[in-house]
Amino acid sequence: MKEVINLPVKNIEEEEYHINMGPQHPSTHGVLRLVVSLQGEIVKSLKPHCGYIHRGIEKMCEKDTYPQIIHLTDRMDYLSAHINNHAVCLLVEKALEVDVPERVKYIRTIVDELNRIASHQLWWCSFGMDMGGLTCFFYGLRDREKILDIFEESFGSRLLHSYYTPGGLMMDIHPNFQKGVKDFIKYFRKKIKDYDDLLTGNIIMQLRTKGVGIISKEDAISYGVTGPSGRASGFACDVRKHHPYGVYDKADFKEILGTAGDTFERYMMRMYEMRESMKILEQLIDNIPAGDYAAKMKAVIKLPAGEYFQRVEAARGELGVYVVSDGNKTPYRMKFRSPNFSNLSALDHISRGVKIADLVAIGGSLDYVIPDIDR
Amino acid sequence: MDQTALKERIMGLVPDAEFLENKQFLTFVIPAEKMHDLAFKLKFETDLAFDFLFCLSGVDMVKFLEVVYHLESTANKHQLELKVRTADRENGAVDTVCDVWRTAEFHEREIYDLLGIRFNHHPDLRRLFLEEDWKGHPLRKDYVDEVNIVEL
Repeated sequence: MKEVINLPVKNIEEEEYHINMGPQHPSTHGVLRLVVSLQGEIVKSLKPHCGYIHRGIEKMCEKDTYPQIIHLTDRMDYLSAHINNHAVCLLVEKALEVDVPERVKYIRTIVDELNRIASHQLWWCSFGMDMGGLTCFFYGLRDREKILDIFEESFGSRLLHSYYTPGGLMMDIHPNFQKGVKDFIKYFRKKIKDYDDLLTGNIIMQLRTKGVGIISKEDAISYGVTGPSGRASGFACDVRKHHPYGVYDKADFKEILGTAGDTFERYMMRMYEMRESMKILEQLIDNIPAGDYAAKMKAVIKLPAGEYFQRVEAARGELGVYVVSDGNKTPYRMKFRSPNFSNLSALDHISRGVKIADLVAIGGSLDYVIPDIDR
Repeated sequence: MDQTALKERIMGLVPDAEFLENKQFLTFVIPAEKMHDLAFKLKFETDLAFDFLFCLSGVDMVKFLEVVYHLESTANKHQLELKVRTADRENGAVDTVCDVWRTAEFHEREIYDLLGIRFNHHPDLRRLFLEEDWKGHPLRKDYVDEVNIVEL
């Protein structure tokens, strides 16, 4: 007679097991794989696996000239494409000691802020959807469309503009630009109240986010969590305030800091930030000085040998560009310190001990864009 | 602390550090074996308090490999750039600083992946972007890409 083998029955409540979130999970907003160790439904630890969309942008930069690199930076954090362009332009201008016209500085600052609002709108709609509110998705995209229309009219494209060039801009703004921005602010000031009514005050959303996924100020600094996510923990990291570029020093805006450092605070930071961005836009839009839209640059841009660093505040945090130049028209080494990369490194720390459903909320509140992580 | 005082403070901590002229940052080349001790002091001594590692990069300088640390103090508002050079190009190794600045864990994995600099005592030194069986380190200057035959 055959012997009956009793297989040990595993108790999933007590034993640790692993599941994959991604690479095609809707809550990761892209191709990111999270290997989650669970006990029951409690997250014990988490390992992000990156690289599904690694294109080797840093290596490609070593073969490209600086005006060509601008086009590659669009494709990192595509939701703050203008701001990425700005970083490289500022770096080249700093290295060559070029003074760009005031008009350029004003337009760049305005367009950056428009880009920031558009990015936060898309974050808001996807965060709402992660929380189960599909209406948010339609509201957010509807309002973002207004900004994309302004972009399309002035720069000819909606997502990847490559509008900035070293020394200035590709072309001047469209005559309707200023009116379009003013109309948008008038429109969006009303609509952002709907955002608060629909999601911020929603009791289900508040219960799911308050006290979930807390990161302390010390940990936020140590992990390099910047942008709205870092400020939610009280880390004063706004590059626009601490290392001003463009005409941010002429605009009056607040760097709002949170205290709780939880998912709800990270949500609130972006809601505040959209209002602050509109405040900046209102101050600058009527004061764009007349003048050239680009400074005269040499046909071939060669950076003097040495190394340069430029920091800007992208929509998700601090973007740093580090260039080592050997005096050629292509950089010797180009490194992008991308905000999402550092923010992702804190995800394991933030999500230990939360339930797996809360992981979706935490991921949404960190607002990662995967091509920026992988580069 | 102003630039000259900070310079003297760093030179006091590591007398054999080499000072480099740089327009933007105060830059030092630190001997590899002294980097970890210095990192601890930089973060935890209150007059320095460099708590924010805002960039960590690796560079292939052909003769050696270089790790570049960009540091900022959120309390004292000063910045610093440190460089550590590996003695050997093929088996370059530097002590990890991820116990001091946690963000370094990911950045060091990235540098190991793309430049092949090993970090001693790193808790999880695996490739980050490329697959485990990938041959070579693409950001090195002598890396030959056999798949992409298009030369720009």
